[in-house]
Amino acid sequence: MSDIDMIKVINAEKAKKLFEQSKRADNRGLLDIRKLDIKKGVMNSADGSAWVKLGNTEVIAGVKFAVGTPYPDSPDEGTIVVNLEMSGIASADIDTGPPSIEAMEYGRVVDRVIRSSECIDFKGLSIVTNEKSFIMYVDCYTINADGNIIDATQYAAMAALLDTRIPKLDESNNIVPKEYTEQKLKINKDKLAVSFTFGKYKDKLILDTTEIEDLATETRFTVGVCGDNIVAYHKGGGKGTFKIEEINKIMDIATAKYQDIKNKICDEQ
Amino acid sequence: MSQNKRPDGRATSQLRPISIRLGVNKNADGSCFLEWGKNTVVATVNGPRPIFPKHLADQTKAVIDYKYRMACFSVSERKSPVPGKRDKEISLVSGHALEAAVMVEQFPNTVIDVNVLILSADAGTRVAALTAASLAAADAGLPMRGLVSAVAAGRANGELILDLNKEDEDTPDAVDMATAFLMPQRELVLLQMDGCVNKKDCSKILETALKGAEVVYELQKKALVEKYPMDGEIQ
Repeated sequence: MSDIDMIKVINAEKAKKLFEQSKRADNRGLLDIRKLDIKKGVMNSADGSAWVKLGNTEVIAGVKFAVGTPYPDSPDEGTIVVNLEMSGIASADIDTGPPSIEAMEYGRVVDRVIRSSECIDFKGLSIVTNEKSFIMYVDCYTINADGNIIDATQYAAMAALLDTRIPKLDESNNIVPKEYTEQKLKINKDKLAVSFTFGKYKDKLILDTTEIEDLATETRFTVGVCGDNIVAYHKGGGKGTFKIEEINKIMDIATAKYQDIKNKICDEQ
Repeated sequence: MSQNKRPDGRATSQLRPISIRLGVNKNADGSCFLEWGKNTVVATVNGPRPIFPKHLADQTKAVIDYKYRMACFSVSERKSPVPGKRDKEISLVSGHALEAAVMVEQFPNTVIDVNVLILSADAGTRVAALTAASLAAADAGLPMRGLVSAVAAGRANGELILDLNKEDEDTPDAVDMATAFLMPQRELVLLQMDGCVNKKDCSKILETALKGAEVVYELQKKALVEKYPMDGEIQ
């Protein structure tokens, strides 16, 4: 990095000192999640949408249906594609231009968490076996970036899917614009996927890190939870390492927090 | 864990045969050719050398530019030569994994290029690639804290197993966990998993993976000692 924001570097050093005493700049405990606000149905043009505020991190997700050909290995199933864009809107530190490798990584992690969770009935998205099925594009935009983009995006994508209506099809099985069936997208709420992303500094695990805390941590780990099961692991964010015992501890913390976050995502305002 | 045989005749916690050759590429500072069952991988390491463009430089350490690529003919249906999102993500996380092993802080403002090409794929290519890349880095004479020993573990047909091949991976209940350990410290430097599995099995799969990584580590050491004979033992 040629341009280093000294104020951020100093704040990150402060954050490290606080971590050592198990404290944080915003007075949270190391395993506390910031205030989570979710609004569904925020956009008319999307088939389903949600706006998530996780502390100062804001992500909007919108779902759009398309009709495509099913994968040869699952001829009677539709599919989902999650994309994340982090643009200049979100932070002065993000350049405009093609998607950054981090945005791509985050998007893929969210995609895997939702896809592996079995909360979506993919068979219900089939139109004609072997020929046509729905593809649900879940496009997420970071509106304001202040750390933990992965979880904010995952909550936004999940909430948008809960808000999703299935479009009407004409005789030749093409989507009729702006017309919907009575049906909402079927989601098994007991198996709702929820991700939890931890940072690590020395031997401390820190949940839901802010942007400054991201700079202070050595590595990051995301776990996807679905009921009592684990649906995804992803270690990212630098050269730090984890012990097997730490991964087991992360699983316990995440499953303990699962119900609370799940209820917030499902909550109808 | 039961010792039932799998479709290819392996026991549940048995690796596929692995063969390693070092220094195969004359142009590279370090290189490794690795065959892991039906996976074939070539890895080369060059550097550290000056980084261009200069704004990519890190004043605190060498940047590892890890490129994971699959040959078009490596999979059953021809793969496009354009690197996709999967290739890029694997490159990113594998680069981080290797950074934990190589003492990058000794070479600020430089780049270490790591190129891995999958010539033939049969599941578990990212772990085979990382195992080979770590050996190529050692072959290049880079100072290292240890080796990265990578292996996949998971579940197929209700059994928890080590080192899934394509056949295992395509079973309906498959869980695939790619792991890489910094050895001999036994610290996780790469961990990716998808599939639906309970906590207890998750821990068991991780333990299985560690046992597999220990075997991979022994094979890696053997290959290094073969090329660079020495008295005594590597730790």
